Parts: sequence; structure tokens; C-alpha cells
Amino acid sequence: MALPTYTETRYRIWHYFYIAICTFVFFFLIAPLFVIFPLSFNAEEFLVFSEGMKRLDPDAFSFRWYHEMVYGTKNPWGLAAKNSFIIAIFATIGSIILGTLAALGLSSRHMPYKGLIMAVLISPMIVPLIISGVAIFFFMAKVGLAATHTGIVLAHIILGTPFVVITVTATLSGFDHSVTRAASSLGSNPFNTFMKITLPLILPGVISGGLFAFVTSFDEVVVVLFLAGLENTTIPVQMWTGLREQLSPTILAVATCLIVLSTLILVTAELLRRRSERLRGINR
Amino acid sequence: MSSETKQILTTDGIPLELSLKKAERKNKIKAFLLVTPLLLFLFITYVFPIGEMFTRSVDDKMVTNMLPKTFKAMEKWDGKELPPEEVFAGFYFDFKVLVENQTQGKLGQRLNKEKNGFNSIVKKLMRQIKRNKIDETVSIKEQIMKVHKRWRTVEYWQAIKRTAPPYTMAKYLKGMDMYFAPDGSIAQVDEDRRIHRILWLRTLEIALFVTIFCFLMGYPIAHLLATLPMKYSNLLMICVLLPFWTSLLVRTASWMILLQQQGLVNDFIVMIGLVADDNRPTMMYNKVGTYVAMTQILLPFMVLPLYSVMKTISPSLMRAGKSLGGTPFVAFWKIYFPLTIPGIGAGCLLVFILAIGYYITPALVGGASGTLISNQIAYHMKATLDWSFASAMGLMLLSGVLVIYWIYNKLVGVDNIKLG
Repeated sequence: MALPTYTETRYRIWHYFYIAICTFVFFFLIAPLFVIFPLSFNAEEFLVFSEGMKRLDPDAFSFRWYHEMVYGTKNPWGLAAKNSFIIAIFATIGSIILGTLAALGLSSRHMPYKGLIMAVLISPMIVPLIISGVAIFFFMAKVGLAATHTGIVLAHIILGTPFVVITVTATLSGFDHSVTRAASSLGSNPFNTFMKITLPLILPGVISGGLFAFVTSFDEVVVVLFLAGLENTTIPVQMWTGLREQLSPTILAVATCLIVLSTLILVTAELLRRRSERLRGINR
Repeated sequence: MSSETKQILTTDGIPLELSLKKAERKNKIKAFLLVTPLLLFLFITYVFPIGEMFTRSVDDKMVTNMLPKTFKAMEKWDGKELPPEEVFAGFYFDFKVLVENQTQGKLGQRLNKEKNGFNSIVKKLMRQIKRNKIDETVSIKEQIMKVHKRWRTVEYWQAIKRTAPPYTMAKYLKGMDMYFAPDGSIAQVDEDRRIHRILWLRTLEIALFVTIFCFLMGYPIAHLLATLPMKYSNLLMICVLLPFWTSLLVRTASWMILLQQQGLVNDFIVMIGLVADDNRPTMMYNKVGTYVAMTQILLPFMVLPLYSVMKTISPSLMRAGKSLGGTPFVAFWKIYFPLTIPGIGAGCLLVFILAIGYYITPALVGGASGTLISNQIAYHMKATLDWSFASAMGLMLLSGVLVIYWIYNKLVGVDNIKLG
């Protein structure tokens, strides 16, 4: 942002001050993520930059902790990763199906009590996780689903659906309903209309909602801590125990992998958002 | 003119109005059926269990079920002097059943919470009954009173009477450091034992300050993002979105590394000479750690709603203000800032709601002085197993959050929440 030449000095100073603040905040937001990166290649066992690392000595860096993460004896990460992916994938599918159906209903202008129902459907996102965790734990214990994959998947569907409902209703708000009417008038049944007309148009919203649901499940630790037994441990639970007990650089290796994963998800979500905006732009 | 001629009919002879209403109702049902699966699912697995937390938190049926005859007899007792023979007899027969089922220990523990010293006299009575020392043909009152002098003390019988109602608000009072005094009034816990009130205040304080910090840091960058040309702002937006998508535990871990005694932040302030090397400040396991980490983690939730509001403000408004003679500061304060208030409201409420229920980050970087009410709930769920107390505290927290949620819904509308 270049300043016009006629700007007075005090506004000039203020402007540079403003830029300085913004730089600091951006740095504050992003820098912590980059600390993990180099430290995960530390050849030593401590979580500080060694003298060798500060001199950029190649011997001070190693893949030791990545090796430990994959091949380490009695290490929990393999099982945790498997569980995390299984749970997150099923929770995402469940959230997408339930959330998209609900969003379709909510977007209809005939929907009664829209505000109230929306408030209930969004509530799992607002209610503190610890309370959700306690309530869901009581339920799962009663029906005998505590310490099972099914129980955790159901819990994560509860937490994931609000995101799908929000993104899909947002996509549907720009949706031109005359195209579905056109399809019906040309003799298509409602199911076909949905599969061939509606779904392709709202797909970006569905997928980005699904991404949110996936990340929510993949990153969720509070509810899993209540529900999980030893068999159902997930990556966040392992990180939680690790950070509380023995802070080892293996955790940083895992964290680096997670940052790479979240970067991929961010890129996908951004591309989808732009595509969706473009599609809606054409509709208008 | 008769009224029939005014009515418009459809081709099959039904009045149009009725026909339209019918179609409308059909559409309503159709829309509702689409929402039903999720609504049912949420009610069964989520809304009802939260309601169940309430019954659990006020439940006090254990003693009520254990001593039915006692409480029946106690109805006639005024509670001022030692109870009459019938109460003692009722208690004796109730207690005998408990001894046969070997559940008298639970009664002792529960009554001990009500008044200290119950555990030992319950055990003593149990031994007498097991040895068949109590003769049921003569006065039971006299014999029980002989077992221990506390059985002759009226306060202990009053304590039993207090456990009669099947429901109690005691857990809620405990959550606010209060309790039922022996005479039934509400009393305060001793000043040095008021831990919960400190926790509530600290939770509010931390949530409030984190919201303020997030606002102070989020406003300038949201403004920058909204005013920069697209190609730069998209790049900078990554700085906001990448932390947003990154695992909470990863971000907490990075703060644990940065803030530790030998960490980079400490290295830096030693390097610029703010503190001596042997005098490094503790920045983790206290409030400072909680503030710093929570602010960074919740900042995206402030920036995104602010950004989406600022994006809609036309830059020509500011130019108009300046061309009419306002200095840039006046133009900003009188024109731009008022227009961003909806975004400020949305962002602040969202951050506050999220901060007030935070658990993971305070538990890892907070230490003893940085923990919040959620940590206490988790502690009672996992360590002391006092689930009814955990439920009561959870519901107290929930009622606070729901009030803010309601305000949020009125001001912003939940369907206006923007993600990403």
C-alpha cells in the first residue's frame, strides 16, 4: 500500500506503525508452526536448538525421530494413525450424509421453526467440548459403546455435522432453484434431480464441509479421552499423553507430518472455495 | 352477490386457497423430513444425554432408597430433640437389611460427608448387629443409644434427616463454594477453601482478556487483508488459515517449545539484554503461557468474521469522509469503525465462547495457576469420579455459554457463521 505523496508526516509515521503491528501479528500467527520443522530433524534428544544446529552443521540434523516414529519398538503411532484415519473417514461420511440432508431441508423456504432447529443443529460446535464429552460419555457408557470405534465415530459425527450444515446451507443460499424445477418439469424424479443437478452444483460446499468434519475428527482429543480405551488410541490422544509425560522429539516428527497434512487440506479447501464462488458468480 | 362466486376454484373444483394450503403443508413436511434424521440423531445421542447430566447432578436417591422405613417414621419427628422410638426402630430394620446385603459401608461414607464421625459409628452398629447383640423385643432406641455416644446426639439424627429428599442442589452449591449448614440454611465455605470461585473468576478473566487481545491483534490485520489488493491478501490469508487448519495439539506443542526456560523466546530476551541469562523468567505452566497460546490459537476466529464484514465496506466511503474535510483518524472513527461493529460482535462472542470452555491448552501450558473450570470438570470425571459434581459444574458452565450463544444468535444469527 503506497501512500499518496501529499500525506502528512504524522500519518506517515502512523502508517508505518500500523504496518509494523500487522507484521508482528502475522509473525505471531505463523512463526510457531515453523519452530517445529527444524527441531524435528534434531540429532539430539533435547527440544532445544543445539549448538550444531545453530551453526547449520549437517551432523546436527538427522531423520532419527522420523525413523523412530515409523519403526520404533513398542511405538503407538502406527496403531494411532490407523485408528485416526478409520474414525475420521467414517465420521466424515456420516457427517456429510446427515448434514447435507439437513441443510437441504433447512434451505427450503417452507421449513418451519428454521431458526430454532438451526440453533440446535449448530450447538455441538458451540457447547464447550468438555461438556459434550461428559454427555456423550454418559450416553455411550449406557448403550455399551464406550471404548469402541463405533462410539467414537458416532461422537465425531455429532461434532462434525455442524460444519457440513453451515457450509452446505451457505452454498445453497446462492442456489438457483429454477434448475431443479426445470429438471422436474422435464420428467426427472426427485432422486435423479438431486444426483444429476443439485449435488454437482453444491458439491464444493459438501466437500469443504466434509474437510472440516474430517479435520474436526482427526484433531479431536477431549471426547476421545473420555471414550477411548487402549485399543482406540488416536494420534491426538498419543500427542496429548506425550506432551504431558515424556516430551520426546518423536512428537515433533509427528507434528511436522500433521502440518504437511493440514497444508494439503488448506490448499484443497481454498481451491474449492474459489471454485464455488466462481460457480455462484455464474449463477448470478 | 353470493360468496361462492368470489371463490376461485381449481380445475378439480377445490377452492384454490385450500389447494394451495395443502401443497404448502406437503412442502413443509418434505422439508422437515429431510432434517429429521440429523435432528433425531442429535436428540438421542446429544441433547438427551445433556439433560441426563441434570438428573445426575441433582440425584441423591441412594440414602432415600436405603432407609425407607426411617424416613417414613421421621415424617412425624420435629427434628429438635432425639427422635422417638419408631425412628430408631425404622432405622434398625433398614440398617439390618443393609448389613445383610453388605452395603452399609456406602451409607457410612455418604453420611460421613453430611457429618463427620458417621463412618465409625455405622461400623460399630454393624458389628453389634452381626453379633446379634440387639434384642428386638425390648426398646431398640435404648440399645442403639448405648452403642456409641454419637447415636445419642441429636445432630447426627438431623444429618440423617437431611439426606431424605431424593434430589439435592448440594452439588451446585459446592460448585460455588457454598453448602447446606446443619440448620438447612446456605453457608459459605471457609475463605481459604474457596477454590471453585477462584476458578470461575479466573476462567472469566482469561476468556475476557484473550478476547481483548484477539480483538486488538485481529482488527489491524483483518483491515490490512480487506484493503490490500487480492493477490497480496490471498498470500497473507494463508498466515491466518494455516494455523486455523493445523492441529490444536501441534500448535500447543510449538508454544511449549517456544516458551520453555531454554526456549527461543527466552533466548531472544536474554540476547537483547532484557534479563540476565541466569534469571530467565518462567513463561510456561502459569497464566502467561495460557494467555499467549490461547490468543494465538483463537486469533483466526476473530480475524475471519472481521474480514468478511470489512470486505463489504466500500473504500469510497472513507474517501468521501476525507474529501468532506475529516482527517483520516476522524474518517476512520466516524465511518469505518461503526460499520465494522457487526464483525466485532461476531468475532468477540465467538472467541469468548470458545475460550471459556477451553481445556487442552490450559491443561498443557497452564500449570496450576493457569487452569480453567473445564480442567476441574475433567479432574472430577477422571480422578475423583464424582460424576454428579462434574455434571453440575458442566451445566453451570453450559448455562453461561448458552446465554452468550443466545445473544450471538440474536445479534449475528447462527446461519451467518462463516468458515474459511
